[in-house]
Amino acid sequence: MSDTLLDVRGLKIGATIFPPGEDPKDIEIVKGVSFTLEKGKVLGLIGESGAGKSTIGLASLAYGRGQVRITGGEVFLGGEDILKYRPSGIRSLRGRRVTYVAQSAAAAFNPAHKLGEQVIEATLRHGIMPRSQAMERAKHLFKILGLPNPETFGDRFPHQVSGGQLQRAMTAMALCPQPDLIVFDEPTTALDVTTQIDVLAAIKRAIEETGVAAIYITHDLAVVAQISDDIMVLRHGNTIEYGDVKQMIEAPREQYTKELLSIRSDIKPEAEDQSGALLRLNRIDAAYGAGLQVLFDVTMHLPKGQTLAVVGESGSGKSTTARVITGLLPPSKGEVLFKGEPLPPALKGRSKEQLRQIQMIYQMADTAMNPRQTVAEIIGRPLSFYFGMGGSEKAKRVSELLDQIEMGTGFADRYPAELSGGQKQRVCIARSLAAKPELILCDEPTSALDPLVAEGILKLLMDLQRETNVSYLFITHDIATVREISDSIAVMYKGRVVRFGPKSKVLAPPFDDYTDLLLKSVPEMELGWLERALASRKMEAAGN
Amino acid sequence: MVELFKSMPFSAKFGVIGCGIFLFCAVFAGLIAPYGEREIVGDVWEPASGAFWLGTDNLGRDMLSRLIYGAQTTIAVALAASILSFSIGMLLSFTAAVVGGWTDQVLSRVNDMLLAIPTLIFALVVLAALPQNIFILIGVMAIIDQTRVYRLGRAVAVDVVVQDFVEAARLRGEGWGWIIFKEILPNVLTPLIAEFGLRFAFAVLFLSTLSFLGLGIQPPAADWGGMVKDNKDGIIFLVPAALYPGAAIAILAVCVNMVVDWMLNRTSSLKGGRG
Repeated sequence: MSDTLLDVRGLKIGATIFPPGEDPKDIEIVKGVSFTLEKGKVLGLIGESGAGKSTIGLASLAYGRGQVRITGGEVFLGGEDILKYRPSGIRSLRGRRVTYVAQSAAAAFNPAHKLGEQVIEATLRHGIMPRSQAMERAKHLFKILGLPNPETFGDRFPHQVSGGQLQRAMTAMALCPQPDLIVFDEPTTALDVTTQIDVLAAIKRAIEETGVAAIYITHDLAVVAQISDDIMVLRHGNTIEYGDVKQMIEAPREQYTKELLSIRSDIKPEAEDQSGALLRLNRIDAAYGAGLQVLFDVTMHLPKGQTLAVVGESGSGKSTTARVITGLLPPSKGEVLFKGEPLPPALKGRSKEQLRQIQMIYQMADTAMNPRQTVAEIIGRPLSFYFGMGGSEKAKRVSELLDQIEMGTGFADRYPAELSGGQKQRVCIARSLAAKPELILCDEPTSALDPLVAEGILKLLMDLQRETNVSYLFITHDIATVREISDSIAVMYKGRVVRFGPKSKVLAPPFDDYTDLLLKSVPEMELGWLERALASRKMEAAGN
Repeated sequence: MVELFKSMPFSAKFGVIGCGIFLFCAVFAGLIAPYGEREIVGDVWEPASGAFWLGTDNLGRDMLSRLIYGAQTTIAVALAASILSFSIGMLLSFTAAVVGGWTDQVLSRVNDMLLAIPTLIFALVVLAALPQNIFILIGVMAIIDQTRVYRLGRAVAVDVVVQDFVEAARLRGEGWGWIIFKEILPNVLTPLIAEFGLRFAFAVLFLSTLSFLGLGIQPPAADWGGMVKDNKDGIIFLVPAALYPGAAIAILAVCVNMVVDWMLNRTSSLKGGRG
């Protein structure tokens, strides 16, 4: 087995946590995980948040984040146990033999230095090659990674390039010192699907050309299926299943893997009558300040009790559309009709009753709730504000709402910090339900959640729609979600609606160019999808 | 209460006890002071003895009694000035942060103008021009101090105002009052409490400075700053009288900050201090 690069045996990682009202206690984050990685191969680590994926990835750099300690096991890199290294040994390991690509490239680059300097910094520090040579290598890597103008790309500052380019620049930084192993920590999670496919392809090509081994961490099984040779599924720090990518995708053995694979299989049938309109946007233009126009002639409508999905990548104007509907950003042209009547354009002009009928659910449930209020206070406020409820009547309604979101009265006295991500989003849903709204604007409510948790939230939303006949305007960039929950779809691109209509029509050919690109960029859970998608794109480009 | 006290770390206990002693002295000064505040009971600068535990001052008044009466004046004035400055500063800064636009501009620029004037000179000019009385003194100290509170309050509130939960409250149709007191205030309390401890300590020092310069508490009323001034010449003759009020100022500042530190640890927890 001379080809074995990384050999992890019985890795155990622990941390000390400080639970509320109790003494600090030690917990195990990773409970004895073993795997091997050969040279030039890619291992995909997959699992939900808290599964220990990133922690394992960082342990390959002999690093524990924050309060985290490596408590047991061995990590052999090229035959040596790196956990036994002294600080000087670890220093010569990190950034030289093992490098790291973080999830948020925007946060990982120093905004005050040029990209090129940052890309070659570790290489120079370790004295691997002289400056001129490192520069040449960086340019070569920029080229492999498909970055524009590889000769001058390094002269730019981080804010001058896009998110996808920054992520590729970070990959170049990791590749530059000619490492044996790269740890990719969710490198494409924060990107749009249309960008993700480019970055994925670039990373894959770079790995193939340089022959480096990689650990690829993600929560998206479809992504990992495109890039890795082996997959390890983790849950609560345990290995659920570990094997060859083909076997994992085509014949998973464990129930949990099957659940991950079968997510989003039940699709809501589309409503037949889509003629009425609870909400209608009529030729809306909107701008931030004087110069920056973001919405151009946006027209769409949403019938009562149905779901309209607004799809598009970041910057397409999805969230701005929601801001116009809420009145936070009055449109510069056009009008918003609610139940056939025009809504006052600005928030200030709207009555309490109008405000009550339109509620909002945010992407980040963390910041959408006041951290200093308990769940009961958060849910109770709309009750007392809109309906003047108080005392036992309010408490009763709060517990009804908590039952409705499948959480129960036990959570009433908790603070948001004491809830999990999915629970937080449920409380936000309960808060908007408390107002008995006609319309709920959902701004990417599931995109910050793990797939199985997100699935639960979507199911809850659909159940609530059946019970209360509430309408949703659902903003998302995830086509799979759209397929599952929507009745009608509006595809947005650069502030315009490029396609609008019932789900069955929008998702059926013939497509316009952008919708086609969007649909083709969504990773599918099958081997070789990436190559096929890229090939079909190239053919189209050649045909044009 | 007893359990709360037991759960405190040592430094907080020390601070609470210290502050408690000072407060006790301040409140019950008339009962516990062995002599009167303005009573001349002995010779000038007598050394410590059974009759005068800390000796006498430059006019032959009992040092310990004056220290106790001084606690009353100093703490009352400094506390009143701090509370007033915080009320003004927080209200103005939160209003600026929440309302934004012109309101923010006007409030912030006026505040900048006040900040541009050196505090001591500002205080000297205003206090020299206005009649000498304790309420004006408190008012002037508060106005000067609120500029600092305003800067901090606005900075932290602006961070909170852009959060989604404030937007959610606006979408609900909540008024400014609710947004300021229910959504923002609980979330910025942590840095403001820390600031309060510091500001109170500064207020004690500032009052002492003013008294030292003859513009604060007027003799013969006792206050720590004035006592340092009265007795400073004694240091040349190795009379320690000036050191006692100086030490009192230092110990009070330390004790207040120890308590504040502990409160910070509790209030910065997002789990309602249960953690």
